[in-house]
Amino acid sequence: MNFKRIWIMFKARNYEFFRDRAAFGWNFLFPFLIIAGFAIIFGGKEYSDYKVGVFPLAQKKTDKTTLQLPDSFKNNKFIEFIGFQTEEDGINRLKHHKIDFLLKNNSSDNAYWVNETSPKGYFLEQLFNGSIALKDHPVNGLKGEVHGREIRYIDWFFPGLLGMNMMFSALWGVGYVVVRYRKNGVLKRLKATPLTAVEYLTSQMLSRIFLLMFTLAVVWLGCDLFFSFEVVGSLVDIFIVFFIGSLSLTALGLILASRGTSEEFTSGILNFITWPMMFLSEVWFSIEGAPQWVQTISKALPLTHMLSAARKIMNDGASLLDVHTELEVMAVMALVFLIIGASLFSWNS
Amino acid sequence: MTALLQIIELEKQYKNVNAVNGINFSVEKGACFGILGPNGAGKTTTIEVIEDVIPPTSGKILYKGEPRTLSFREEVGIQFQNTALFSFLTVRETLNTFKSLYHNTYDLDELIHMCSLNGFIDQMNDRISGGQKQRFMLALALINKPELIFLDEPSTGLDPQSRRNLWDVIRGIKKIGKTIILTTHYMEEAQILCDDIAIMDHGKIIAQGSPDALIKNYSREVTVILPKKSIEGHQIKNLPLAISESQDQIKIKTDDINGCLETLIASHINLKDMSVRSPNLENVFLTLTGRQLRE
Repeated sequence: MNFKRIWIMFKARNYEFFRDRAAFGWNFLFPFLIIAGFAIIFGGKEYSDYKVGVFPLAQKKTDKTTLQLPDSFKNNKFIEFIGFQTEEDGINRLKHHKIDFLLKNNSSDNAYWVNETSPKGYFLEQLFNGSIALKDHPVNGLKGEVHGREIRYIDWFFPGLLGMNMMFSALWGVGYVVVRYRKNGVLKRLKATPLTAVEYLTSQMLSRIFLLMFTLAVVWLGCDLFFSFEVVGSLVDIFIVFFIGSLSLTALGLILASRGTSEEFTSGILNFITWPMMFLSEVWFSIEGAPQWVQTISKALPLTHMLSAARKIMNDGASLLDVHTELEVMAVMALVFLIIGASLFSWNS
Repeated sequence: MTALLQIIELEKQYKNVNAVNGINFSVEKGACFGILGPNGAGKTTTIEVIEDVIPPTSGKILYKGEPRTLSFREEVGIQFQNTALFSFLTVRETLNTFKSLYHNTYDLDELIHMCSLNGFIDQMNDRISGGQKQRFMLALALINKPELIFLDEPSTGLDPQSRRNLWDVIRGIKKIGKTIILTTHYMEEAQILCDDIAIMDHGKIIAQGSPDALIKNYSREVTVILPKKSIEGHQIKNLPLAISESQDQIKIKTDDINGCLETLIASHINLKDMSVRSPNLENVFLTLTGRQLRE
């Protein structure tokens, strides 16, 4: 292995990345825009899970206190009330799932409408009937409280977003780019030099990991400047987790890069891998409670382990020792992917 | 002279195609060896197998009398027919990148001078003209001071000025004693640059020799051209010559120019505006490979 040759190919690939202004800018702008979008949507107001229509009301925006509804129902903090002038308006919105439940204000017989196909509607129906019963026979259960720091959704989501960005960048930046090079003859030109396949693949992998870490640092600093993320654990530990995670993702990219000659086909394969990985690795939401087979597939994806470890450190203050299982799994995956990618690799189209 | 490269019974088969079919040739040190052939004849496959870019199906390739080793790539320079390079790099940066992949290399300034890269050395790879790109590719092929250089259709797509400019550069490379293997479609290019030529068709070498020897052996026919006004009033159709007519010319093909001229003089035909076209490599090529379009 000649390190000078690895270094020169590493440099050439980095030049390409930093000089491609459009792709370079998008790599930083994309995660920042997503975070900004979430901050705008959820920032400064409470998130309501349920939308209940009430008629007849003159204004869409309603003041809860003026509604003539059972107290325990109208004071529920997860319900947002939306006013409608007529029953017909409300039913139309209910039919199209724009609202989850419809009530008549100040109704002596507590009239309500529900869409039978809506799970949220069913839940609100139970809640509404319960609150009518409670009005006449108030009962309180024994309440226990969970103490400690509240984890904001954006603090939970942020590692997911960074991981997703890294996954796309690792798989497309290695898989797609190498296939394009094979197709347009760059690999053939390199094969005619003393550069070996291992040297070339190592340089591509190191270059992508360097770029991923650089992007991570810039996006983290940029987002933290505006949204002040709370990190309970060590930043260095998070960096190590993302480093090993990017190693496994980039090694996976090498498998995709090893043989393909069609950019269109590779693009399809990349979408086939990245999209399920994005959902199954809990980037956007938890899959707690999903069927066992879904959770098993999730465990086979490197992104799952990277996000699990990063969130444990960021949200719960875990140490590297606490996340050693995730780190070990990612390291083994990286090694296996690397061996497969290197053994399958072909310069020729 | 000693053979730098020997090709023995080389074959390359793809699933249903015999691209190279048991060819033999050798290339002397310091010579320019040309491979000519119609599209699909197997020229590019032949040199890519020799370059070690694709593996042969069978046969031997001896470089300096031995099978190729890892050092072969240090000692050869290759200009491919179609190739892209790294995006967003200048010509200078690309040359420096490739220079770093080898042990023994040219000084960049020397290479810039040798291949006339001065006018565009700091331009981006994809912002240069076709002629500039071919000279740049040639510089890349030379960067490791190769003993043996492969040029695969180096002047395809170039305008006449750029082509001649490239030929000058290749002549310069020949002068410093490099051995060149060249494939081309242009007969003029082969005739000007090559010392030895192999004509390939259907994966086989169908003729080989120096340009002069090939012409002598395969196309001795001379064409005599006369304007139609020179033969007005003469019954030339009765003459024992192979005559063809076009709009304002007549052409006589012959391998006995003296006899032909004697016949014309004896018939009192005015030869003042006569021209004689000697046989060339194109005649040899068409004689050997036929005139049918190959696609």
